[in-house]
Amino acid sequence: MNSFPIIRIVTKILIPYILLFAMYVQFHGDFGPGGGFQAGVIFAAALILYGLVYGLPSLQKVAPPRIIEKLIALGLLLYAGTGIACMMMGGNFLDYDVLTHNFLTDVPAAIDFLPPGEHPRHFLPQGQHLGIFLVELGVGITVTAVMTMIFYAFAGREQVA
Amino acid sequence: MLNMNLIVIPILLLLAATAVTVARIRNLWAAVMFTGIYSFLGASWMLILDAPDVAFTEAAVGAGISTILMLATLSLTPKKRHRDGHLQSDDFEEKPLKHSPFWPLLVVTITGCALVYGTYDMPAFGDPNAPIQVYPDPSFVAKSQPDMHGLPNVVTAVLASYRGYDTLGETAVIFTAGIAVLLILRKNTPEDDRRANEQEAVS
Amino acid sequence: MTLEDALGLYSYWIVIFLMMTGFYIVISGKNLIKTIIGLNIFQTSVFLLYITMGKVQGGTAPILRDGGGHSDHHGEGHNHGGEHGEAIHQGSEHGSVVVDHAVQQASFTEDVIATVGEAAAHSGAEYQGVLYTNPLPSVLMLTAIVVGIATTALALALIVRIREEYGTIEEDEILAIDRKSDS
Repeated sequence: MNSFPIIRIVTKILIPYILLFAMYVQFHGDFGPGGGFQAGVIFAAALILYGLVYGLPSLQKVAPPRIIEKLIALGLLLYAGTGIACMMMGGNFLDYDVLTHNFLTDVPAAIDFLPPGEHPRHFLPQGQHLGIFLVELGVGITVTAVMTMIFYAFAGREQVA
Repeated sequence: MLNMNLIVIPILLLLAATAVTVARIRNLWAAVMFTGIYSFLGASWMLILDAPDVAFTEAAVGAGISTILMLATLSLTPKKRHRDGHLQSDDFEEKPLKHSPFWPLLVVTITGCALVYGTYDMPAFGDPNAPIQVYPDPSFVAKSQPDMHGLPNVVTAVLASYRGYDTLGETAVIFTAGIAVLLILRKNTPEDDRRANEQEAVS
Repeated sequence: MTLEDALGLYSYWIVIFLMMTGFYIVISGKNLIKTIIGLNIFQTSVFLLYITMGKVQGGTAPILRDGGGHSDHHGEGHNHGGEHGEAIHQGSEHGSVVVDHAVQQASFTEDVIATVGEAAAHSGAEYQGVLYTNPLPSVLMLTAIVVGIATTALALALIVRIREEYGTIEEDEILAIDRKSDS
């Protein structure tokens, strides 16, 4: 697309913001609208936009198919792994409450910084927050990787007969 | 009587018009673009119906990824091959119908009338006493606050925690679909071919 | 049927119209890509049907306001802060996560009972006096949309393969080629 300078430059300006927005949707999904699915699709959209404008080879340099392939499985593993971790810690599968931990309770340095009467556990993510965060991250990774990989499959195909 | 948002009227009219245009237009390229517009309009309506999460997803998936995939498919399935590789717009014309559209229209009209007849028993739009608002007990919205330590987005809470199994299964569906597309479409790299040949030579 | 009834049902009729348009595209066309487009339109209309059913008059998006509820919760935490903190401390001294967990569970249960008692007085998805639209249809449709794009991608991949093998994406031509090769 060398003959479309406006598209190339506007794309270059837009892509960082699309990626940033995807991150925001991913990590702020518990507090506002958003979540892993949306973030994954938006992230993949940024990658696909880059691929459309600058060509498939340059996109594959940024996001090598070998790595993306593995990310497809990694996201699902992260999701299921969170469930297994809950089981290992004595809860049911995907029962995030057991992920609550107070591992800073005995650190005096942490207590010094707290307002009087406040317990350190308030500064750590609660089990449900942590569980939802991990699960959504897993979903986001899988969705990004699957959408990017599907794009590779279609774009890498040559026209025949 | 109704504190209806007036903006829905043009959105719904455009939605209906876009759907009819997609049905009538014979150029597939244009039809795909209209499908994208249809998705955006649908997302706008969802936003008005207080479902920002779904609207978000519909806009990103329906208008973004799905349009891209359909255009990619179109570019791989033109009517005829061109030596120079350039495609023309008439490569993507759908074949004109051989039979009259009377029978499909009749079937669609009868089905539509039956469905409209069915709506007379449905609860009115926005009725707070509709079955869906009463069962399951909607107090789970209030309960989710202490359950989730104050996560404000109930949709995320239900999606990732209360219905965590469901979402896990669904992530597995996406995973499977992704793998299936790869199996169907991916060509071996020259490296893979070389390795396969070597193995054949060894055995 | 009064005008009021019609205004209460218009959303269903729009959805049915869109659904039937999608249905028409699926049954009238012979082009595989057009069929997929029709299925997509049908699918979106089903999403819209669920979402319209979840809407409550006067409700708002199911993202709970960070109002009284949150501070109430915290306030309660402060009140019980001392004893809970102590119990948790004991728990971790014994190196037992289970006790700690149980104590926290107990405190959440108290909260739940308090909140549920409050909520039982009203109907609908109400919290802190604000009415919320039902989040369940949103959750179901969110998952449906993403599964929908995955299956659409699969269908499109199959179309690409069909085009490579048969040289056409028109249903009747594919059938003719199949019949010829059979006979």
